[in-house]
Amino acid sequence: MISAAVPLSCAGGGDFSLIHFFLLSDNMASSEDSATEKLTAPDRVTPKGDTSIFNSMAFRGIAYQVLLAAFVILGGLYLYINVNANLERQGIATGWSFFNENAGFDIGESPIEYDSEDSYGFALWVGVLNTLRVAFVGIILATILGVFMGIARTSRNWLLSKVANVYVEICRNVPVVLHVLFWATVVRFLPHPKQAITPFDGAFLMNRGIVFPIPNEHPAYIWVGVAFVLGVIGAIFLGRWAQRWREMTGQYIPTFLWGCVIVIGLPLAAWLVQGAPLTWNVPALRGFNFQGGMALSPEYAALVVGVTVYTAAFIAEIVRAGIQSVPHGQIEAARALGLRPRFIMHYVTMPQALRVIVPPTASQYLSLTKNSSLGVLIGYPDLVNIGNTTLNQTGQAVEAIAIMMIVYLSISLAISTFMNLYNRLVAIKER
Amino acid sequence: MNEQQPADAAADPLGDETVIQLIDVNKWYGNFQALRDVNVSVKRGERVVVCGPSGSGKSTMIRCINRLEAHQKGQIIVDGIELTDNLKNIEAIRSEVGMVFQSFNLFPHMQVIDNLTLAPMLVRKMPKADAEAIAMKYLERVQIPEQAYKYPGQLSGGQQQRVAIARSLCMQPRIMLFDEPTSALDPEMIKEVLDVMVELADEGMTMMVVTHEMGFAKTVADTMIFMDDAEIVEIAKPDVFFTNPESERTQLFLNQILTH
Ligand SMILES: Nc1ncnc2c1ncn2[C@@H]1O[C@H](COP(=O)(O)OP(=O)(O)O)[C@@H](O)[C@H]1O
Ligand SMILES: [Mg+2]
Repeated sequence: MISAAVPLSCAGGGDFSLIHFFLLSDNMASSEDSATEKLTAPDRVTPKGDTSIFNSMAFRGIAYQVLLAAFVILGGLYLYINVNANLERQGIATGWSFFNENAGFDIGESPIEYDSEDSYGFALWVGVLNTLRVAFVGIILATILGVFMGIARTSRNWLLSKVANVYVEICRNVPVVLHVLFWATVVRFLPHPKQAITPFDGAFLMNRGIVFPIPNEHPAYIWVGVAFVLGVIGAIFLGRWAQRWREMTGQYIPTFLWGCVIVIGLPLAAWLVQGAPLTWNVPALRGFNFQGGMALSPEYAALVVGVTVYTAAFIAEIVRAGIQSVPHGQIEAARALGLRPRFIMHYVTMPQALRVIVPPTASQYLSLTKNSSLGVLIGYPDLVNIGNTTLNQTGQAVEAIAIMMIVYLSISLAISTFMNLYNRLVAIKER
Repeated sequence: MNEQQPADAAADPLGDETVIQLIDVNKWYGNFQALRDVNVSVKRGERVVVCGPSGSGKSTMIRCINRLEAHQKGQIIVDGIELTDNLKNIEAIRSEVGMVFQSFNLFPHMQVIDNLTLAPMLVRKMPKADAEAIAMKYLERVQIPEQAYKYPGQLSGGQQQRVAIARSLCMQPRIMLFDEPTSALDPEMIKEVLDVMVELADEGMTMMVVTHEMGFAKTVADTMIFMDDAEIVEIAKPDVFFTNPESERTQLFLNQILTH
């Protein structure tokens, strides 16, 4: 005990005096500098003792970075040589030529046309798209559910806040793997196609997934889409204009209402003008399965629901913490000025809460995206799943893993960049 | 609210228009009674100073007047409108009654000027240019027009509280409530805030001020109220209140606070 304690305390003391020494020497240098300026001849500019370049802050900054870079490069080089040697010994050729070779395996579902004659490269691309399909929908759903649950937790309605509370506690304390497995099991226990549950006419819920009707394609829909885009642009301009109008005249224009009217009304008008074409592609039972409509596989549904429910619990906590981080005095002051609750939320609470909410929400989006790789567990053909198959068939472990890492890194960086931009948009300056 | 009182205002400063009236007001927080049978009436232009030990219900009383807290029994009538849970009435009264808090409560994410123009624009539907003109006028009144484009966090406590007063004044209220406006300030900043309040009082603003600054009370108060243990113990003119209070509890409190 004692013999251990002595060197420890020595080391601590040594550290301290080292820091102390640097601080002191800095102070001495600066005070001596100013002294020279005032008192003595200008040629006496080199105070003795600590003129060494090693005491320069700038020099040290650069030196540390050079050292770190050297470490990283040497480490990388070592790994590279090592791996190469091992691969050579096992007779595995490195390289990307497998990319154009025939994949030879089927993929359960794909947003684009794929068959086993296609190349490994194309198969991996299908994996990327499948991963993005889960991440994109999961992020949107988790945000909606999380914000709702977060606000519900701060609600004065006892039942609502308790329900949200229980949801958050259960969902964030169960590993995400179990969430995904749980929903995969739930989907598996749904009835067979013949006894499919029908939540509304034309939609079916069963152990083969979910199918629901979609409108048949029609050339008029292009113009409906154009009208929608124009509507969104129009609504943005309306918002700008209403803001300026309010500043000029004090008159308030319900922009949200009119925005909705434009965004919905314009495409609706475009559709009506072209004779309101609408036929539904309704799924129907043919033999053992449904044909037509839009189908979501059970794996996709389970994966999306699993990662959504899990991530939303964390987002709910973030939103709650954000709202509660705004001091109550802020809301009271706004009330005392006669502001309506809606205005208080918009101008006082939200801007201050968002500052707390946005950065951790961004990292939740990142972890949702990465958690979508759990699809491999339930047979969803995401990037990891297909990358894994590729790896097993080709033996190109380094390349396959490198591709997966690069793709996840790119997706994550894209999300961070977007969220950083958003954060800068809503970020508020104080002092 | 901007008309000056006549020069001989000191003789008989008050009209007979009652602008705040509390009748048998009772309030509970759960089982704890915070106000017991409180009766107060304040005339237009009257300056009322409320004092009393901590926890006696002073804040609760003035927070009931703009319904930041709801009372459970009795009547509160402000500017002819009775306070019930009618939202329209509450909004109407809040836009006529300014309130200044101990902790300033400026909006930290807005520049001073935006703090001042927010409510006039959103509640009074005032064009931005007009709201800014009024804001600058009141910033000059509290003597910090040069801080208009700073954020609250860049100001000293005294400056922040003066901005908070200006923010309330921008709504051009008929009544001002102050809840210990100088209690969170360093001693050297108390005076700059009290000076602004004295000036406001001199202009004839109806004011209800919770404070322990007895110097201020002696200068401006028309009426002193002493509260203890959820009750109003004494209401008196300042000359009587400070020299010859009726209640022993008032006496005791004054001894404590004045000898400090
Ligand atoms: N929101 C609240 N919930 C429960 N009790 C409260 C609340 N606000 C104040 N009280 C209690 O009511 C009493 C009066 O408080 P307050 O009006 O703030 O006193 P004062 O301003 O005179 O110091 C105190 O005992 C305080 O603890
Ligand atoms: Mg108080």
